[in-house]
Amino acid sequence: MAEYIIKTKKGEWEVVCGLEVHCQIISNSKIFSGASTNFGDMPNNNVAFLDAGMPGLLPTLNEMCVKQAVKTGLGLNAKINNYSEFARKNYFYADLPLGYQISQFEYPIVGEGGITIDLDDGAAKEIGIERLHIEQDAGKSIHDIDPDKTFIDFNRAGVGLMEIVSKPDFRSPEEAGAYLYKLRSIVRYLGTCDGNMDEGSMRCDVNVSVRPFGSSEFRTRCEMKNVNSVRFVMQAIEAEAKRQVEVYENGGTIEQETRHFDPVAGVTKKMRKKEFAHDYRYFPEPDLLPLVLDDKFVENIKKEMPELPDVKKKRLIEELGLTPYDAKVICESREVADFFETAARGVDAKKVANWLIGDFFGMLNKKGLEIKNSPVKPEDLGKLVDLISKDVISGKIAKEVFEIMSETGESPEKIVEEKGLKQETDVAAINAIIDELIINHPNEAAAYKGGRNNLLGFFVGQVLKRTQGKANPAVVNKMVAEKLG
Amino acid sequence: MSKLNELTIAEALKGLKRKEFSCVELASSYIKEMEKRRGLNAYVLETTETALEQAKASDKRYANGSERAVEGVPLGIKDLFCTKGVRTTACSKILSNFVPEYESTVTQKLLDGGAAFLGKTNMDEFAMGSSNETSCFGPVVNPWKEEEKFVPGGSSGGSAAAVAANICAGATGSDTGGSIRQPSAYCGITGIKPTYGRCSRYGMVAFASSLDQAGIFGKDVRDNAILLSVISGYDNKDATSAKAEVPNFESFLTQDVKGLKIGIPKEYRPHGLNEEISKYWDMGIEMLKARGAEVVEISLPHTKYALAAYYTVAPAEASSNLARYDGVRYGLRENGDSLDNLYINTRTKGFGREVKRRIMIGTYVLSSGYYDAYYLQAQKVRRLIKEDFINAFKKCDVILTPTAPTAAFKIGDKSMSEDPVNMYLNDIFTIPASLAGLPAMSLPIGLSSNGLPLGLQLIGKPFDEGTVLKAAHALETDVKFARK
Repeated sequence: MAEYIIKTKKGEWEVVCGLEVHCQIISNSKIFSGASTNFGDMPNNNVAFLDAGMPGLLPTLNEMCVKQAVKTGLGLNAKINNYSEFARKNYFYADLPLGYQISQFEYPIVGEGGITIDLDDGAAKEIGIERLHIEQDAGKSIHDIDPDKTFIDFNRAGVGLMEIVSKPDFRSPEEAGAYLYKLRSIVRYLGTCDGNMDEGSMRCDVNVSVRPFGSSEFRTRCEMKNVNSVRFVMQAIEAEAKRQVEVYENGGTIEQETRHFDPVAGVTKKMRKKEFAHDYRYFPEPDLLPLVLDDKFVENIKKEMPELPDVKKKRLIEELGLTPYDAKVICESREVADFFETAARGVDAKKVANWLIGDFFGMLNKKGLEIKNSPVKPEDLGKLVDLISKDVISGKIAKEVFEIMSETGESPEKIVEEKGLKQETDVAAINAIIDELIINHPNEAAAYKGGRNNLLGFFVGQVLKRTQGKANPAVVNKMVAEKLG
Repeated sequence: MSKLNELTIAEALKGLKRKEFSCVELASSYIKEMEKRRGLNAYVLETTETALEQAKASDKRYANGSERAVEGVPLGIKDLFCTKGVRTTACSKILSNFVPEYESTVTQKLLDGGAAFLGKTNMDEFAMGSSNETSCFGPVVNPWKEEEKFVPGGSSGGSAAAVAANICAGATGSDTGGSIRQPSAYCGITGIKPTYGRCSRYGMVAFASSLDQAGIFGKDVRDNAILLSVISGYDNKDATSAKAEVPNFESFLTQDVKGLKIGIPKEYRPHGLNEEISKYWDMGIEMLKARGAEVVEISLPHTKYALAAYYTVAPAEASSNLARYDGVRYGLRENGDSLDNLYINTRTKGFGREVKRRIMIGTYVLSSGYYDAYYLQAQKVRRLIKEDFINAFKKCDVILTPTAPTAAFKIGDKSMSEDPVNMYLNDIFTIPASLAGLPAMSLPIGLSSNGLPLGLQLIGKPFDEGTVLKAAHALETDVKFARK
């Protein structure tokens, strides 16, 4: 890909970036209490005694959350640690009911791994994963209900999180964006996280430093916490890199600090020291035993693993003959891929891909629908393509049929049958039409024979007009050419 | 016949079964005595009406033959166990208005066994103390030599005093570094801290999670065995509770100690050990020898580091466990003009001196830059102490030591209040077993020259409370200690 270089009058700089992504684990109940994880319920409805930090209450580990973390670890091609430990991260905040967060520190459940990101120019890049650990989420402070009071909703307190830490492998905002899209795609395929950054089920902390282009040193980094969209992450990297370059070029130094990205102003701002200067006083959580996974547990999860986007993409290209671009678009989301694979069963996959990415996506876009709410069923899209392949309808008619399908949800066969859109395949009838045309247009027929080949189109057009588009143009072409021969 | 409230639990259960008296009569005799002994300040909340209702229900069960293990036995409950609908404070101002909506597993098991609860007993604030003087409800008076006002020991001082004064048949306690054994010794009664994980910690207000363990105070060894059988067992609400089988502990009491190997740790007889205690210790050794037990000298070489390790690990965990008392959701709240000031005001007013001291120590030892030097080092020492015991138990079955280095001291003793380390030294013999998670019990061995009880401690292998009880029962039989 094109290198991302910050060029100034004084020199060329490279950005070095790593991401820490918090993914809310999909599970029915919270990671250490039995309370529900349902999003959007009335405030403080899903709060177990533990989630309210009552004295004497103890955490018990939800096995589902462990499975989900292992599954995600496998999806990141990472090492699953058979031994991991929980640790307490201590700090005071009103929405942190215990005064500490149960997390993992020295011994995370998942170790090093890596994923491939796809860049706009078609290039791919490997991004290293440092670790994945599991922990509990905090509650939510709500400051905008009352001018003097803060309200707290503990529904989120204790929901399981996976913190996925990348290596500092990003060299451009684009790479960071591609990573977030790929990560989201993977967790959604796995069903381990919703990946909705706007709902907060996926949150991102961004670490940025810069260095002279070509150098391999790592300079002091700054962290921007809770950047809540892919676009903002990319903007934050750009803005922070630019700031650091300016500081260096003016002879200054960068302090390791936590900054806040202001998307309106497009700049990062230093936070008051008080807002981040925590000594978390990590120590092993004495209320939970170390987490020991046996190989069988991990093996069983391996068996449940769905085909992941990269593998699927490769298969669609190699076995179904899709173009790399089509395969990439289709594999980005599991729903789209599932839709495609159902539609393409037993029919021309390449044609299905064309229809899916073209007319079908266009239709969803126009109607503002998500694929799961599509009026056209995947089987019906497949049948439509099949009708074209078998010369039952022409491509032109197919577009009409699709239009009706997306309004009524009816099957293409039914529409073709009822509206009488079947392609004219009665050779005798077409021959009769051609004969009649030659008799009625003797001059044109003679001119064609005399070498004016472009008159073939005239005769074919006339036949198609007479058959109201139901005749297959290719067949008609051939027949006319023979007759005029 | 002696007064009903002077009966042991075993005797009371026998009488109830034979219908010699009713559960209501039994409870009433305790309630009457409680009224007389309020000067001890052993209870911080009396629940006598409920206890009488429970007794009535128990009488029905005896009538129809459906009585349970401890049906109708009136108990005192340390105020550290959460009791549903009954105020639970851990004797801290910060929880002075706290009424839990849940029942601790230990008290639930006792209720399910048919026990009646007379009230919540006094304790050091959050179980931090060795004299019961840090309670926000004021100190407890040791029933021995009551007029001279000695401490009952701590932290479970209320429970120990209540059992000694016959104002409950038995009581629950919790032991983090000696909080059952040391007050048992000071009050001339018998108390057991089982193996870490033997009882569920669910619903116990936490002090130091890796050390806290529920246990029992009783008038004798048998009562300890009876109650321990009821409260023990795995609980899926506590990930650190053990899936170990719970034997009928009473069945060990009739077993012979002949051939039992009694370990005597040489490090527990430091230069300058109180002579009386040394003498009683020797007496205990001789008694067991006379019954055919074999006495072996053992070494626990890391004992000298135990106190320092304990006073690093326990405050570290406490500083984190007590972070939840912030005035936001329940308990005391002292408002402030910012969130930080709400915390500062609430915690300044809500916590006592000793609790604050330990939060400060704990916060310090976990701080970045100090963690390795203190907390990590203490954890290493803890592992070494555990290994000491593992090695020692290759040579013996149970270990006999004094429970505490002295007898009870007076409330307000300056040498204790002015130097917390003197106070901490009270637990010098009990702390190693706590760090190693081992079962240990204290039983009275005799009186000091000024008439205060002294105790001996028996320490067992993990989950071998049976052997501890067996040896204790043999000693108790020979000592013939006259209960108060």
